[in-house]
Amino acid sequence: MTKYIMRRLLQAIPLLLVISLILFWLLQQVSDPLATMGGRVPPRPEDRQRLARQLGLDQPIHMQYIYWLIGNDWTLVDRDGDGTPETPGERRGVLRGDFGESIMVRGKPALDVIMEKLPNTLLLMFTAEIVIIILSLAIGVYSALNQYSLLDNVFTAFSFITFSMPIFWLALMLLYIFSVNLRNMGSPIYFPSIGMYDVVAGPTLQQVAWHMVLPVMTIALISIAGYSRYIRSVMLEVLSSDYIRTARAKGISQNRVLYVHALKNASLPLVTLIGLDLPLLLGGAVVTERIFGWPGMGSTYITHLDRSDFPVLMAILMMISAAVVVFQLLTDIVYTWLDPRIRYS
Amino acid sequence: MAAKAEPISLRPQSGARVKPDSLWRMALRRYRRHRMAMLGFFMLIGIMLYVVVGSFIFTENYANFNDTTQRLRPPSAAHPFGTDSIGRDVLARTIYGGQISLIIGVLAMLVSITMGTLIGALAGYFGGLLDAVLMRITEAIVSIPLILILLLMAKVLGGRLADIELFGRTFSGSVIVIVTIVGITSWTTLARIVRASFLSLKEMEFVTAARALGVPNWRIIAGHILPNTIAPIMVAATLGVAGAILQEAYISFFGLGVQAPTASWGNMLNGANQYLQSAPWLWFYPGLLLVFTVMSINFVGDGLRDALDPRGDKKL
Repeated sequence: MTKYIMRRLLQAIPLLLVISLILFWLLQQVSDPLATMGGRVPPRPEDRQRLARQLGLDQPIHMQYIYWLIGNDWTLVDRDGDGTPETPGERRGVLRGDFGESIMVRGKPALDVIMEKLPNTLLLMFTAEIVIIILSLAIGVYSALNQYSLLDNVFTAFSFITFSMPIFWLALMLLYIFSVNLRNMGSPIYFPSIGMYDVVAGPTLQQVAWHMVLPVMTIALISIAGYSRYIRSVMLEVLSSDYIRTARAKGISQNRVLYVHALKNASLPLVTLIGLDLPLLLGGAVVTERIFGWPGMGSTYITHLDRSDFPVLMAILMMISAAVVVFQLLTDIVYTWLDPRIRYS
Repeated sequence: MAAKAEPISLRPQSGARVKPDSLWRMALRRYRRHRMAMLGFFMLIGIMLYVVVGSFIFTENYANFNDTTQRLRPPSAAHPFGTDSIGRDVLARTIYGGQISLIIGVLAMLVSITMGTLIGALAGYFGGLLDAVLMRITEAIVSIPLILILLLMAKVLGGRLADIELFGRTFSGSVIVIVTIVGITSWTTLARIVRASFLSLKEMEFVTAARALGVPNWRIIAGHILPNTIAPIMVAATLGVAGAILQEAYISFFGLGVQAPTASWGNMLNGANQYLQSAPWLWFYPGLLLVFTVMSINFVGDGLRDALDPRGDKKL
C-alpha cells in the first residue's frame, strides 16, 4: 500500500508539471496586462517597457516559466534596462510557495489574494456538499425502496430536468422565485439575492447563513440530480444481492437490514463521487458565485481574468488542479480502507 | 375492410435467404421500444422545426433589428416573448439563436469526437511512450475545472477571428472560436473509452490475422478495430452535442462567447441577471428552450446507449 501511494505521488509530479506548462502557455496568450495599467490612458511605450521589465514580462516565455517555477533569487535580473543584469532576483518560485505578485493589486502576493477568498468558497462548498449528501441519500434510498412510485417518478423527472439545466439559469429562476417574487408578494420572509451579508448588519453568523441559502440551493440542486440517481441504482443492486437475503433470513429487522447492511455498501461509491467532485466544486462554483455576488475564488477568478492578472489566475488554477490530483489519490486510498476487497499493487 | 391475416409460419419461405437482423436493425428496434428515447427524439424534432420553420417566418434582419422605442416590452401580441434591452424581438432571436446554438453543438461535437477517437485510437493501438504522453495530457486536461479553462481560452481566442459570410448570412467569428475551445477541451472521456476498447481489441485474433496478412497499421485501426468501437462513439457524440450547447451557454453567459449581433441562446442570457426582476422574459424563454433541447438530446443519448449495448443493464 505504501508503495502504491509512493508510486501515485511520483506520478502526480509530472502530471502537475504538464498542467502548469499548459496553463502557463495559455495564460501568456491572454490579452496584455499592461494595456490597462495607465487607467484610461494607454501607457506610453517607454512606460510599457519599464513595467514589463519590473514585472519580468520582458523575458522569453521559458525563462518566465522557470522564474515562476523555481524563482529568480539565484540569478541577477536587469532592472534598469541597460542590458546588463545587476539586481538579484527576489522571487522564490512556486516550488517554495511563492506564486508571484498580483498585477491587478500591485505588490500583493497572489497567494494572499486567494487566501482572502478561499474561506468563503470553502464555506459555500462544504455546506453545499453536506446538503447534497444528505438529500441525495434520502432521495436515492427512498426511490430505491419505492421504485416506480409516484414520488420516485417525480424525482426521476426532476433529476432529468436539473441535469440538463445550465446552473446560471437555475440560479436566475431561484432568485426570481425566492428573492424577487416573495418580496413582491409582500412576504416578510424572502432570501437576499446578492452578497455574503447585509452591509448594515455586518458579517454575523445569521446574516451569512441567510445569504447562503440560495447559492447553496443552486449548487445542491444541480448535483443532487446525478447523485440521487446513482445512489438509487446502487441501492437497488445491493438490495437484490445475496447477503441482504441472508440478513433477512436471519431475522434481522427490516430497518437494520436497510440502513446498516445495505446502505453501508451502497454509500461506498459515493466516496468516489464526492472525492472527485469536491475539488471541482472549488472552481465550478464560479457561475454561482458570480450571480450571487459571493466573494469567493470563482468571482475572484473572473475579476482577475478581465484584467489578465496571470499570477493570480495561475495560482487559482494550479491550486485547484493540485487539489483534484490529491483528492483522486485520497479517494483511492479511502476506498481501499472502506472496501477491503480492493487491493492495489 | 380488414386485410386477411397472413398465416404464421416459422419456416423460411422456400428459396428466400434468411437474413438475421443486423446490429443496426436490432438497435433501432430496441431504440423504438425505449419510451424516453422516443420522447427525446420527438422533442428534438420539435426544436428543429422551431428553429427552421421560424426562420421562414422571421428574417434574420428582423431578429437583429433594434427599435429603441420598444425597449424591454413585456410579451404582447406583436412580440410574443417581449423585447430585449435595445428593443429586439426575443422570439425571433430565440429562433436564430437556436440555430447558432445547435450548429455550435454539432460542430464542437465533431471536433471533440475526431480528437477523442484519434487520440484514444493512437494511444490504445501503439501504446508505449505515445500512450503515456497522450494519457498524461488527457489527465492534465481532466484535472483542470472545465469552466475555468473554457473561460480562459475564450479570453485568449476571443475577437481574433473575422466574421464569416456563409449562405448569404454573416456569422460572428466567435462561433468558430467557441467550436474550437469546446471541441478541444471535451474529447477526454471519449479518448479514454476508445483507448480502453482498442487495448482489448488489438489483442484479438482478427487483428493478429490482419497483421499477418500485412495490412498496414492505419487500415487495421480505421477498418478493423474502429468499427467495433462505433457504439460508444455514437453515444458520446450525441451526449457531446448536449454538453457543447451547455458549454456555449456558460461561455456566452460571461460575455466571452458568441458576440452580438449574432444571437445564441447563451448570449441572450448574458447580462440577464441585471433584468432579473424588471424583464424576466429576457432570460426565461432562451433558457427554457436551452433546457428543453439539452434534455431531449440527453434522452436520445441515453436511449442510444441502451439500444446499442444490449448487455447494459441501465434501466430507468
